[in-house]
Parts: sequence; C-alpha cells; structure tokens
Amino acid sequence: MALSNKTKEVLLGPLNKNNPVIVQVLGICSALAVTSKLEPAVVMAISVTVVVAFANVIISLLRKTIPNRIRIIVQLVVAAALVTLVSEVLKAFAYDVNKQLSVFVGLIVTNCILMGRLEAFALGNGPWPSFLDGIGNGLGYGWILVAVGFFRELLGSGSLFGHKVIPQCVYDAGYKDNGLMMLAPMAILIVACIIWIHRARNKDLQEESN
Amino acid sequence: MNREGSTYTIVYASVMVIIVAVALAFTHQVLKDKQIKNENIDKMQQILRSLRLDIPANSAEAKYNEVIKNAYLIKADGSVEEGTEGVGANDPAFGTDIAKDASKGLPVFEAEIDGVKKFVIPMAGKGLWGLIWGYLAIDADGNSIYGADFSHASETPGLGAEIVTPHFRNQFEGKHLFNAGGFSSVAVVKPGRSVSDRDYVDGISGGTITSRGVDDMLLDSVGKYKDFLLKLHSAQ
Repeated sequence: MALSNKTKEVLLGPLNKNNPVIVQVLGICSALAVTSKLEPAVVMAISVTVVVAFANVIISLLRKTIPNRIRIIVQLVVAAALVTLVSEVLKAFAYDVNKQLSVFVGLIVTNCILMGRLEAFALGNGPWPSFLDGIGNGLGYGWILVAVGFFRELLGSGSLFGHKVIPQCVYDAGYKDNGLMMLAPMAILIVACIIWIHRARNKDLQEESN
Repeated sequence: MNREGSTYTIVYASVMVIIVAVALAFTHQVLKDKQIKNENIDKMQQILRSLRLDIPANSAEAKYNEVIKNAYLIKADGSVEEGTEGVGANDPAFGTDIAKDASKGLPVFEAEIDGVKKFVIPMAGKGLWGLIWGYLAIDADGNSIYGADFSHASETPGLGAEIVTPHFRNQFEGKHLFNAGGFSSVAVVKPGRSVSDRDYVDGISGGTITSRGVDDMLLDSVGKYKDFLLKLHSAQ
C-alpha cells in the first residue's frame, strides 16, 4: 500500500523534524531514567511505541463520544488501562523482561509524549492516521533512547547489551570506564549534543535570535 | 444527545470505569496462574543460584526438586517447627515471605550438592530505592558460606543493581559467618577498604547505599538464624 504524502509525514515526521524528544523536548524524564543500559532502553522504546499506538487508536475511535470536560481523565484511564495490560502480559509471558523494566512500565503512563499525542492528534484524527502517528512518535522517542543508551553503556560500563566490547588490553593501558555516564546528568548532556547536531543540520529549526 | 451535559458526562465516566475494571480484572484472572508459576520459578532459580547452580527458567523446577531434599520453618531458638516440612511450592517454607511475615517461623531449605548437605536461608532488606533480598547457602558446619544470590526491586541500573551480578555474589564463597567472638556476619565494605574483626567482601563502587543495605541485610536476616547455625556448628 502506497502511503500518501500526508500519512508519510505523520509516520516519519516524528523521527526527524518533529521528534518528540529532541524537537518538542517531551518525555525527557524517562529518557534519563532508562538509558544507563541499552537493553532496558530498547524494551522501553518498544513498550512506549505499542502503548502510544493503541491508546491513539482507542481515543480516536472514541473521539466523537468523549465529553470535552473530562477528556483528559478519559485519556488517562485508557493509557493506564493499556499500561496495566502490557505489564500483566509481560509478567505472564516475558517475566525476565518485566523484572528488568520493573517500575518503568508503570512510568509509561506519566510519559508526556503519550498524553501529548492523545490530546494533540488522536482527538482530531481517524484511527488509521492516529495509529501511524503513535508508531511514528514511539519510534521517534525510541531511537533517541537507544542512541543515548548506546553511548552511556559503552562509555559507562564498556559493554553493549551487557557484553563487554572494550577489550581488556585497553583497560590494561590505563583506560577507565566513566562512572559519570551512569548518572542522569550525562543523559541530559548526550541529549543536548544530539539536539545540537540535529539543529546544526536543520537550519529551519533554529530559532531567530533578537 | 447533549455531549456536554452533566448526566452524559457522569454516565460516560461510570460506564468507562466499569468496562476498564472488568477488562483488567478478567485479564488478571486469566493470567494469574501463569504469573504465579513464573514467580515461583524465579524464586527457585534464585535459590539454585545461591547453590552455585545457574539454571535457565525452563529446567529450574526439575533441578530444584532434584537438589532440594527438605524444607521447613524454624523457631527463633533454632528448633524445627513441627509439621512444616515440605519442599513444594505450596508448603510453608517456600510460601513464607520473610519480608512480610515471619511470625510463623523462618524458612530453611536443605539441599544436597554432590552428596554434601547445604542449608539455604532467605534474606530480606532495603536498598536505596526499594526492597532487596537474597539467599545464602551455608555449609553443614553452619559457618562457611557456600554461595549467595541477591535480587532487588528497583536499584539503579549500572550502580546498585550490580549486586545481582556473579562478580558480586561470587565474592561470598568461602567467607565465614562466625569469628572468635561469635556471630559476626560478613561485612560489605567500600572497594579497597578492609575490616579486621570479620570476613568482608567489596561493595559496589557508586552503589554505596545499596551495598550498605546488603551489609545490614546480612547482619539482620542471617542474625535471626544465629541459634540454628550455632546448633549446626556444635553438632559437627
């Protein structure tokens, strides 16, 4: 199925020029919390993508019936129900992954991207574009998480997915893992560096200075 | 129908909440048995790891039944509580969570590795962010540690969470719980430091509070078994 220009923009925009993390600066909190290792970052990226996509579809289907005054509550209930479902299913079928993510699964509810997409997109669009928007934003969030997790685990523990990648001879020569990489402030710095490079390459995103 | 009316809003909210509640309750009921089974297998894996057996989840139950010969609850004075023997997942020893309720007694698991008897006892304590727990396998002399395993609910990945690694738990092998002055437990110290009055292992760099939590846990939880361990010791 060929995608029209608009659907393409909905799906791919969040990966680059409309990225939720580095352009809209949403979801920073969890980007700091789960990126000290690559594996939880990947699982978190997948979980958020699934939850945003399906929450978007449900809200989009309900959008004509939701009373305006309690729409945020409705969105929260839908998001919280989906997150609980994901966590229950993980506990039954992927116990180890669930243990690894522990509190972070619950934290998806508080992810600003989720609420942002429900409020800004799903309430005004049909189910199919909403689904694509959810996938796009989830992946846009995900690739930043994975990129940050990659650098933090590589420089902080000298490993990737828990496997040592920096050879012993480098350590023997006096190299040391940077413990600071494990702490949240370094995640902010890495995100800032990604934003810096991204802005430098996309002049139209740069803000005018007075 | 008026979408902004109070009646509509209230009915909408009520119906939505009921549907969500039913859906979640249903999912939980359907998946409950599988979840409990997973939790039990996870616990068996932890007990086996403390016995230096790293077994994948699918064969953990068989190995557990093969290795664990007996399990029971003990009283504070170290004597076995009558009628609590049994190794099954529904028996008192396996079902007792010492972090929540130890009023009925303290669980002890008897294992046999290559014909030699080992005793496994559970531990529970607090880390930086949440609960930490573990299992300690002790030789039949009630003094030397055969192996240990640690788990945590929510310690920082890369820092406190490192207590689950083999690198940390293997340090406990061969350490002694008693010194000349009686029960002393094993100290967890900052890497590079040492203590002279008892056996010690290196803590986690950057995970100071979690390491201290493990230290406290070893003292408190294992301390409750002091009389039981002394009995083993004097029986030698």
